[in-house]
Amino acid sequence: MLIGFASTVQAQITEEATFGKFAITNAKIHTVTDGVIENGIVLIEGKKISFVGTNAKITADFDRIDAKGKHVYPGFIDSGTLLGLKEIGAVAVTNDQAELGNINPHVRAFTAINPSSVNIPVTRVNGITTVISHPVSGVIAGKATLINLYGYTPDSMAVVQDAALHVDWPSKAKRGWWDDRDEKERMKDFNKRIGDHKSFWDKAQYYHEMMTKYEQNPQKYIKPNSDVRYKAMRDVFAGDLKVMISVDKAEDILESIKWSKDLDGIDVILSSVQEGYMVAEEIAESRIPCLVGPVLRTPSRDYVNYQRPYQNAGMLHDAGVMVAIRTGETENVRNLNFNAGYAAAYGLGKEEALKAVTINPAKIFGVDDQIGSITAGKIANLFISDGDPFETLTQIEHLFIEGVKVPLENRQTQLYDEFIDRADVK
Amino acid sequence: MRKLSLLITAFCFSMFAVNAQAQEKESVLIKNATVLTITNGDLEKTDILIEDGVIKEIGQNLSARGVKTINAEGKYVMPGIIDAHSHLAITQGVNEWTNPVTAEVTMEDVLDPNDIGMYRALAGGVTSIHVMHGSANVIGGQGETIKLRYGQDQEGLKFNDAPRTIKFALGENPTRVHGQGFDVQPRTRMGVEQIVRQTFDAALDYKRERDAYVSAQSKWEEDKEGKAPWPVAKNLRFEVINDIIEGEVLVHCHSYRADEIHMLMRVFNDYGVKNYTFQHANEAFKIAPELAANGANTSIFSDWWAYKFEVYYSTAFNAAILNKYGVTNSINSDSGELIRHLNHEAAKAVKYGGVSKNDALKMITINPAIQLGVDDRVGSLEVGKQADISIWSGHPLSIYSICETTLVDGVTYFDKDSDPDDMRLRINPEDNYEEVSTSGRHEDACMSDVFHFFGQEGKTAALNQR
Repeated sequence: MLIGFASTVQAQITEEATFGKFAITNAKIHTVTDGVIENGIVLIEGKKISFVGTNAKITADFDRIDAKGKHVYPGFIDSGTLLGLKEIGAVAVTNDQAELGNINPHVRAFTAINPSSVNIPVTRVNGITTVISHPVSGVIAGKATLINLYGYTPDSMAVVQDAALHVDWPSKAKRGWWDDRDEKERMKDFNKRIGDHKSFWDKAQYYHEMMTKYEQNPQKYIKPNSDVRYKAMRDVFAGDLKVMISVDKAEDILESIKWSKDLDGIDVILSSVQEGYMVAEEIAESRIPCLVGPVLRTPSRDYVNYQRPYQNAGMLHDAGVMVAIRTGETENVRNLNFNAGYAAAYGLGKEEALKAVTINPAKIFGVDDQIGSITAGKIANLFISDGDPFETLTQIEHLFIEGVKVPLENRQTQLYDEFIDRADVK
Repeated sequence: MRKLSLLITAFCFSMFAVNAQAQEKESVLIKNATVLTITNGDLEKTDILIEDGVIKEIGQNLSARGVKTINAEGKYVMPGIIDAHSHLAITQGVNEWTNPVTAEVTMEDVLDPNDIGMYRALAGGVTSIHVMHGSANVIGGQGETIKLRYGQDQEGLKFNDAPRTIKFALGENPTRVHGQGFDVQPRTRMGVEQIVRQTFDAALDYKRERDAYVSAQSKWEEDKEGKAPWPVAKNLRFEVINDIIEGEVLVHCHSYRADEIHMLMRVFNDYGVKNYTFQHANEAFKIAPELAANGANTSIFSDWWAYKFEVYYSTAFNAAILNKYGVTNSINSDSGELIRHLNHEAAKAVKYGGVSKNDALKMITINPAIQLGVDDRVGSLEVGKQADISIWSGHPLSIYSICETTLVDGVTYFDKDSDPDDMRLRINPEDNYEEVSTSGRHEDACMSDVFHFFGQEGKTAALNQR
């Protein structure tokens, strides 16, 4: 029955993606990096934004979109998701986010991104054009990828195939209400993880040094036997791949900062950071940026004030930390806007919250020359809305990803179209 | 030092708690608010006079002597939010998973008045919740409707004279726990139906035999003629089932797929069960006309989906479709996280499908009240109703609006301006206060204590997910 049903839905797709030259006129343009432009024009040619301003000659070959009374924003970026890796949570065969073992620097989220995931079009409805998708298991979970949410292959979606090495910092804390390990069990697990982690880094660094010497002078040095895990670490030691550390508990944050001080020439990013506000000054001092979230989560401890999860991003920002927002979600990455909205309402403010889902993550992942603002020359990732995109009631009307005008249709809207007026109901 | 300050906070707080307990109902005058009555439109610059926990008057320029006044100029006042699906305030375990039918157990017996989750919910404007058994069993335990009188004991939490309720569950959860976990029926949705029918038949047989015995016994006690009748022992489980059939216990059924929802409506029609609510009901939109025709209610998530196969064909437009067909629908949390912002969840019904703002607010106020059988007392701002009220900095459907004050029976149980850092009621000095739970959302909370039936694979995956 389900198969038959799915094919009916497929047959209903009417909108098609279009690509070419677009002129958005009369818009209120929220450039993010260059203020707000009233009655502005954005021109899109091919994959890029070709013009942003108020005065441009628009030739007849442009498709015009009159955005009078509407707003243009850069496509939102979610700095931490499982999108494309996990399809149906409870169906293990559709879960590709967690490889076995504690040390997996060689596994790449990029490899397992399913461009046809039903979750992706559902995500786009709120103007989210780009996400970090990362593996989540063991200690070194694998490499995160930074993808645009339109395309037929991971290659065409990737902004950066390998955006960061994801380290899930070992913690003594419970992972959640379902974690029934007692303290002894948790300590045992913690000691194993932290031990595995530290000894692996030492060995991998040694391998990197041996290989570097060998490459510089193959006559003099012996080539070490290759190992996929050690090989995968070379980009990190060469300073070409950032290290993204997921960490929540205050003391774990401090430990991870201390550990990362020894990583010479390697860019570190903290992710999740649930108790970041407790050690905000120490984080600021380390100059490590934070991917904060989910914002919509319960306080970490029974005695923690109910507002802290909402306030965390704002408190970190106030301390001087560069902040981006993540949902940690899969099928509901669309709620990124509301995570940002709550952070805005509870101290971060609208302007900074907007940066936290656009230019800040672009900077943190080193792609701010390509995405994160409405700027001529950047990739045309943007959307048109009828209001403030953090407000629940706002509608996103048009969406562009790499210059492609992508329909906002998705399985959920198709189900609505079919069932709002059921043909058999008189 | 830190522990000491915690203890001091704890001490101060216990004073607060005692106060709250001593003042069960209060008289308050709320002045100059935008009042969202839910049932009688929105009123600008309006006052609400509360006398002994009951709304006495709604109008302009009201005054009352010797009554606490709340200046709500520029604020929005709405009825306290009601969550028709919660697992807060439960001590240890939401599932009596030892049998596919456990109608005899109650949540009343396991209420935990210390759950900090209640305070967090109050801070989101929630005043009443339906505390439910989990979804491991086809016919689970009885629920308890409570008011969030945080600081009071079990008795103090109860919503007096609220109708009894019971949890049913269809689909993946009971079939996984009992079929897959214990190797007993039901393993399939076919089996689920027959568990319900078989239990109802047995309960009716029991009632016939028990009634016959009781009347024979009372006759025998009068005339002592012949042998005493053979006793038919009282069966609490079957008593509850008969109470369901007779309409004294409202069924709240965990369900997702349209086919299983439709199945239960057929079964209920056969046994004359009315006035029931499908919980979650992700595919209810597919059979909205059938639900409306049967007078069945739904209580749904705003946008949760895809966490298991039976919710893969879901849509956030569910609420809008149900509303169009006239189904009485509520939006619930089933989560200690979502319950903190049900106003925002309701706003999604406007976003996805264009439900009117007032209809969206109904879904977290009067509609859940109807589903719990307490709509004559709460769920709207009307004269004569109980003064369960939340006050907001702006319209509650805006993401920037913050709940500032929450009243239950006129008593302030949450006030943002006097919200201390630590709101726990009881602190065990031996507890490890470094204990941290780092999870994001509480997914499928109604299965939290039966995860072990899903094998090591499921457990490891859960541990590994952020």
